[in-house]
Amino acid sequence: MHLHTCLSPCADSTMSPRAIVKGAKKQNLQMIGICDHNSVENVEAVRMAGKRERLAVMGGIEITSQEEVHILGFFSKKTALRDIQDMVYKNLSGENDENLFGEQILTDEHDRVIGSNRRLLIGATGLPLEKIVDAIHRLGGLAIASHIDRQSFSIIGQLGFIPKGLTLDALEISPLASQKRRYSSSQRHSFPLVTFSDAHCLEDIGRSFSSFLIEEANIEETKKALTGKEGRKVIIR
Amino acid sequence: MKLSELVIKFDLKVKCGAHELDREIKGGYVSDLLSDVIANGRAGEVWVTLQIHHNIVGVASLKSLAAIVIINGREPEEETIKKAEDEGIPIMVSKLPAFELVGRLYQAGISGTR
Repeated sequence: MHLHTCLSPCADSTMSPRAIVKGAKKQNLQMIGICDHNSVENVEAVRMAGKRERLAVMGGIEITSQEEVHILGFFSKKTALRDIQDMVYKNLSGENDENLFGEQILTDEHDRVIGSNRRLLIGATGLPLEKIVDAIHRLGGLAIASHIDRQSFSIIGQLGFIPKGLTLDALEISPLASQKRRYSSSQRHSFPLVTFSDAHCLEDIGRSFSSFLIEEANIEETKKALTGKEGRKVIIR
Repeated sequence: MKLSELVIKFDLKVKCGAHELDREIKGGYVSDLLSDVIANGRAGEVWVTLQIHHNIVGVASLKSLAAIVIINGREPEEETIKKAEDEGIPIMVSKLPAFELVGRLYQAGISGTR
């Protein structure tokens, strides 16, 4: 659910739609999510590449807040993806320097390069954390705090705590966290936990995953699993 | 003051960029938000931070900062050192906490005002 494409400056240029879909199928994944830094512009290409191979692809984004905290947002509607994109771009300044931060490649569903994004996607938006989570929810999306066990760009690393009243739908534990630490963090927080690969290169796809027991691969069902509604649930290893 | 003098005076551990220590320091900036440094850092300044992620190198390079000084004895990530070598950005580590280090830098004549 947390995969970067070649649009993310820090991701490998081999992270193209077809290659990602192939990599996910190889790992027997049934549902993946695309969350590039501050952009959804490669989501549709991966979704179409996934459709051909009967792989469910969720549209998402990894937004950098004013506090430099990474938040994942997942949306079922294309209009919601467009709206969140507008909001992020309106609050993101600067131009990317490919030599310093990496290329930001736009592709079609056949892995053909169709352009590059000029914005400083690695940068932080001017949006406070609360505003981002609220906007995600207003657009019917799912808000998950990224890799909370990591020092960099995580809510715990940047703030040291989860602000009271922040209505996150789940916390993501990175593949690097040991079982023990996963357990202790689940004791500390009252949020559901998930673990995703946060893959920036093909080899990392599926290195960590969560099992959602759901009726169908979509965001609504995923929401139900996170809240334990109607027998749906999420299992992390 | 030159970076090399800074290293000796404040007992900094040079993690990379040892051949770039001839640089003159024009001032200092302290921040743990990368976007803040992008907005407010100035060429020739030493950047004091606790961040160890490799993106600090991109930011330092973008703003032509003289060097990065990481506080509290925190070790930069391997990727950070590799990138800094490529970009020619010296990274030094101080055992001191930020407040103490910056206080000493200020006493030594390194200023944060423009």
